[in-house]
Amino acid sequence: MSEVLKFHFDVDGENFSSAGEASVVMKKKLRQLGFSPEVMRRVSIAMYEGEINMVIHANGGTADVLVSDDEIEIILSDSGPGIPDIALAMQEGYSTATDNVRALGFGAGMGLPNMRKYTDYMNIDTKVGVGTTVTMKVKVQ
Amino acid sequence: MKIKEIKDLLGAQLLCGEENLDHEVYSACCSDMMSDVLAYVKDQGVLLTGLVNPQVIRTASMMDMICIVFVRDKCPTEEMVELSRESGIVVLSSSLRAYEACGLLYHSGLRGSQGETHV
Repeated sequence: MSEVLKFHFDVDGENFSSAGEASVVMKKKLRQLGFSPEVMRRVSIAMYEGEINMVIHANGGTADVLVSDDEIEIILSDSGPGIPDIALAMQEGYSTATDNVRALGFGAGMGLPNMRKYTDYMNIDTKVGVGTTVTMKVKVQ
Repeated sequence: MKIKEIKDLLGAQLLCGEENLDHEVYSACCSDMMSDVLAYVKDQGVLLTGLVNPQVIRTASMMDMICIVFVRDKCPTEEMVELSRESGIVVLSSSLRAYEACGLLYHSGLRGSQGETHV
């Protein structure tokens, strides 16, 4: 693969049931492209957590994935409420999710820490009232 | 332990994935919190849960799990079963409660991953 492959997904914020569909598709694409199970797992978990976050907190958004031989970049953008305190949001166990979301099995405050754990690089660009863009990179060994 | 042994031990009903019943699994976890499964689980083939929504299937799929056991007679929707079929996941439904189901499997040799939390 000499050129960078680009994949774009719209993440529907209205339907929690469909959250994660983009990550499932991306995992299949990576498998077809011959990436290792470990790379597939790290990319798809980080992207899945991000998708869930966008649906829970930001009424959806977009996911773009850039795939090259040595690196996979995931860019998640939304026009949600933004994150007022990134350091606080990164703390394991801190969550602003509602009880309704917890009843669905999420909102344990592990999303952002987990995204950082499974990736080699993560940056959060956020502005309250405007939106959030999370950029993550996974190196291909 | 083979998945078909799990099915027999738990008296479970098979909902999909018959072709993978001979698949060997080495560890399991039990949670209704998919956030925790995504954060703390590693190399575990089986997920036992009482939570029923499509995110259970997607979480198991992301974690490369091969078998989901719904406890307390929880029954997934046809959409969830189809999603599992596409991912090659065996889906079982047992009338046992989570504690009993886990106890039976643990006692028969299927263990957890001893707190493994790192990538």
